Amino acid sequence: MVYRAAVAGRVVLAILGGYGVASLCTALLSLTLPLVRSEAVTLATLVSFAIMVAAVVYVFAARSLGRAVVGLGSLSLLLGGGLWLVNGFA
Amino acid sequence: MRQGFRQSMAWLHTWSGLVVGWVLFAVFVTGTATYYRAEISEWMRPELQAGASIESGRAADLAADYLKAKAPDAQGWFIGLPQPEKPLIELHWWKDLVSPMQHALLDPRTGAPTQARDTQGGDFLYRFHFELNMPPLWGRWIVGICAMILLVALVSGIITHRRIFADFFTFRRHKSAQRGWLDAHNVTGVLALPFHLMIAYTGIVTLAPMYVPWGITAAFDGDAPRFFVEAGLSPEVRAPAGKPGGLVSLAPLVAAAEARVSEPLEHVAVYNPGDAAATIVAIFEERKGLAHLHPQIAFDGATGAELGATGAVRPATHISTAFVGLHEAHFAGPALRALFFLCGLMGAAAIASGLVLWSVARLPKADERPGFGFRLVRALNVGAVAGLPVGLAAYFLANRLLPVGLAGRADIEVRIFFGAWAMIALAGLLRPHLRAWRESLGLASLLFLAIPVVSALTTGAHPFDGEARFLGFDAAMLATGLLLAFAAYEAGRARPQRRAVQADPAAEPARIPAPRPAGTPQKRNAALPQARRSA
Repeated sequence: MVYRAAVAGRVVLAILGGYGVASLCTALLSLTLPLVRSEAVTLATLVSFAIMVAAVVYVFAARSLGRAVVGLGSLSLLLGGGLWLVNGFA
Repeated sequence: MRQGFRQSMAWLHTWSGLVVGWVLFAVFVTGTATYYRAEISEWMRPELQAGASIESGRAADLAADYLKAKAPDAQGWFIGLPQPEKPLIELHWWKDLVSPMQHALLDPRTGAPTQARDTQGGDFLYRFHFELNMPPLWGRWIVGICAMILLVALVSGIITHRRIFADFFTFRRHKSAQRGWLDAHNVTGVLALPFHLMIAYTGIVTLAPMYVPWGITAAFDGDAPRFFVEAGLSPEVRAPAGKPGGLVSLAPLVAAAEARVSEPLEHVAVYNPGDAAATIVAIFEERKGLAHLHPQIAFDGATGAELGATGAVRPATHISTAFVGLHEAHFAGPALRALFFLCGLMGAAAIASGLVLWSVARLPKADERPGFGFRLVRALNVGAVAGLPVGLAAYFLANRLLPVGLAGRADIEVRIFFGAWAMIALAGLLRPHLRAWRESLGLASLLFLAIPVVSALTTGAHPFDGEARFLGFDAAMLATGLLLAFAAYEAGRARPQRRAVQADPAAEPARIPAPRPAGTPQKRNAALPQARRSA
């Protein structure tokens, strides 16, 4: 039961957290890459799927669900903070 | 999940592959067939004779006349001009973005609806490949999520695979059922691995702005049309003026556009055709090269003056469109297209063998009742893998056997496709497992072998009559039929139900994990991880 809950937790974290990190990364890179803005958006969107795969692999490779939550959570905070600094939420 | 990186990745590979395998198998098969979409459509409309050259300008005006009568207040018209391999005017129009797209096919000589039989042709397989015949938004999200999970399965599969080079040459077909299936999965998966990675990633990229719109949200305040214009992917389209206006004749604009671009003109789009600020966009075939970039020129619908054109794109956009181009393979010549086709089949085979491997690795012991999950997976395997070919063959046969003038013919063909598929899936539940495989694969084989015969009998056109038009299609159907016959023969051959290790545990103690009953927690350990580690 505990095992199943942990697996379910990882699945949810991989999907929502992976997509969240990929999205934040895309938004941040779209605003910060030193390119014309359409180019920055295109490049950021192009790599977002690789970022999501990496995040999913990380969630399932982490030693415990807690570690994965902390890892993805702090990464999201960093990306979100960066986005806030460049007025991405304006 | 498990202890250690490789084991956790093996777990991830097993389960991510299983949950999306059935959908992905259908996506791979229909997508692979889509490499020959034009040829399939040609075969499914035997009344049309390809090759006649038709003047685009006149065809565009005939299309506009038809649409002015039929949908003067539409928000957009999309006119597909006749091409040598497709002598038809294909029309799409939409009232607004929520109501369904309307569709018509016209005879390019008369401008009247075509006399050719009503069918979706290869376009059905193409659309099914990424929309699953669902409402577009639903289908695209589902296929996109499955493709993303495929990417995860591929990456975790590669990590699992320490002996990737050696396993390339390993096929222990007779060692045991599980070994054979594992090796088959490895061979088909690894041999075409660059293709699998490419096709999964580029497939997601074809709909990237829909899946991850957050870059456009952040940098363009969500104004997607602005993004496409700035990226050089689309010319500027004006907002409607709100008052009615007349539309210029399309023929002179088509001539002007064709004089500017060397590629063939494929489509003419008209936005807000009844409005004073209508925009006409000429859309050409992609230029030579990988990138999926269609040159476009926009004209004022009221005066015919040029409004703008797409030009060269910047590097990131070029890379991104090259991803889409790689996925569609329009750039590929006959040999490369055939190679892509084979790679697509290997992808389908890798998925199918992976699905079967899952169940073979979890065969219950003689004295055990198989669990619900085990039975569900096996039933879905038969339904998805053997049912789809039956559906496809039924779709092609229906095209030849339904009366040509039947009302709603195109929809009935599609219903026969799903009906035949569903029938096999249900019938598979009633038969013993191995017999279900053999019978449904055998039926698919017979149906495919029947296609050239039925086609010759119903259309009167066959190769022995000097009619070589469909020689390639007929050959492909026969080859598919023979392949399925071989599969049916193999599936029905008597082979030990239990894994070989039970009979000979001493021969290779560590290589194959001890069989564990399905439904106990240890079963999550089964198959791949230990086999890999000890190999």
